[in-house]
Amino acid sequence: MPEGLHLRLSQDGPIPLDAEIACAASEVLALVGPSGSGKSTLLRSIAGLYTPRNGQIRCAGETWFDSRNSIRMATAQRRVGMVFQNFALFPHLNALDNIAEAMRDIPREERYQRAHSWLQRVHLDGMEKRLPRQLSGGQQQRVAIARALARQPRVLLLDEPFSAVDRATREVLYQELAELREELKMPVLLVTHDLDEATLLADRMSILHHGKILQTDTPDGLLTAPASSEVARLLGMRNLFSGRIIQHESTHTLIQWQNQLLRVHHHPQFQPGTPIQWVMPSSGVLLMPARPHEDEMLDNPVRVEIENMLALGERYRITLRFAEDRLTMHVPRYLAQRFSLALGQTLQVRLRGETIHLLPAQA
Amino acid sequence: MDWSALQLSLTLSLWTMLILLPLGVWLGRLLAWRDFAGKSIVEALLTLPLVLPPTVLGFYLLVALGSRSPLGQAYEALFGQQLSFSFSGLLIASLIFNLPFAVQPMQRAFEAIPQEVREAARCCGLSPWRILHRIELPLAWPGILSALVLTFAHTLGEFGVVLMVGGNIPGETRTIAIAIYDRVQAFDNHAAAVMSAVLLLISLIAISLSYFAGTRIHREPHHA
Repeated sequence: MPEGLHLRLSQDGPIPLDAEIACAASEVLALVGPSGSGKSTLLRSIAGLYTPRNGQIRCAGETWFDSRNSIRMATAQRRVGMVFQNFALFPHLNALDNIAEAMRDIPREERYQRAHSWLQRVHLDGMEKRLPRQLSGGQQQRVAIARALARQPRVLLLDEPFSAVDRATREVLYQELAELREELKMPVLLVTHDLDEATLLADRMSILHHGKILQTDTPDGLLTAPASSEVARLLGMRNLFSGRIIQHESTHTLIQWQNQLLRVHHHPQFQPGTPIQWVMPSSGVLLMPARPHEDEMLDNPVRVEIENMLALGERYRITLRFAEDRLTMHVPRYLAQRFSLALGQTLQVRLRGETIHLLPAQA
Repeated sequence: MDWSALQLSLTLSLWTMLILLPLGVWLGRLLAWRDFAGKSIVEALLTLPLVLPPTVLGFYLLVALGSRSPLGQAYEALFGQQLSFSFSGLLIASLIFNLPFAVQPMQRAFEAIPQEVREAARCCGLSPWRILHRIELPLAWPGILSALVLTFAHTLGEFGVVLMVGGNIPGETRTIAIAIYDRVQAFDNHAAAVMSAVLLLISLIAISLSYFAGTRIHREPHHA
């Protein structure tokens, strides 16, 4: 398959859409956004289960949808592999038949041989005769993935495929999908509202809001340089504050935040005096004491007060008060214990200027 | 015991069932999954035979099928005989008063199939016919079966509409329910008792069969 998936869709209602997606063969693109952001609608449009007003969908050299030329290929002709949120297995057919049903274009004997080998590949040998309700959530999900892939699809569409299984199962499935990825030669679209999941599994992520794709980049690229405060908020970045450009030095830019000056990496595009917003991942807040060669780094010591400590498994999410603003940092449990962190305590943290990204102030 | 009446009733019930099976499946799917203008009016009309007194329904059917109605005249021109007070007329009436019994259980059964499952079938590349007979019908089968049994039993027992539209012509329109009434009018309580018992037995068997089949389907769906 030389070509991947290209789509450009738009409509004003009933579900607003404004999206352009390009996903290469073997690439995993995650569509991330809150519920109602249109991610499932995009996926359903690709599968032909939903018909948007305007736009074009091309996949593997075929035009599946083109509103201008009134082309609308039927779902059955599109060769999509789709894994639904609740798996949507055929409840009256056993695991083997569920998979074989997706290969009707292959002679019966070979169809069942392949269905068997698919079950082996998803570690379900011996479960051939089980009905979906006799399988656990994770096993059902594996059958659903096998069924989607058995069709040799031109694109694999995963609609929140991990939301219906428990956390432990999900971890195992992530691992299995990651292994399977090597063999997937088609574009893969993963719809999720779970950022960690997207970061773990996807090569690139598209951030959706109200049907509009706000930004597409690698997970790293998004977290280090969100295009707008809206993207930062959708990425769950809590450290988003207002400030003002003071001046540009040769190696860095100086900004003012509250009554504090911060050295951040060079952002020459903003004029001195311009109000800006700045954003920083929680990993940019350090608990470490100052080092001797501090000046070489863009570390900014700031005195803060611990306002809240939330235990999240092995680490704490700590809210720090600085004047009117609240900083968030994550600290491993053992470090929090070693530093005897406690509510109300004042301490010095350091904000890593390299991780601070400046955005135009919101109108 | 009026065997010809029993035979007529069974024939009428079978034909009604056979014709309403595809019609009910089509209407049931349509009402379960499609939204269209006037859907609630169609649903109300389909329910009407359930609440209308049989004599009222019978009266209108008699008018609609009578030799002065367009339908009655067309039928006479084609087949050279009257539509009302004939088996064909009776069958048309039977189809109409059985519509709610056939369509509603099927509609509920189709509504119970998750949208995702039907969409998954399309994503698997299945043709509409394949989806119908491999996915939808097996899943809706308990509902379809109970619709058929209801239709069968209801046709067997219907009295008012049959009397209005068909009258009491032996071998043509005298069903077993009419025959029982006829025998009671003639003070032949013994014959009435025998026929009632037969009707009771048939209805009981039909209903039990549908319950039995329903639970079997739920416990162990067929393997291909």
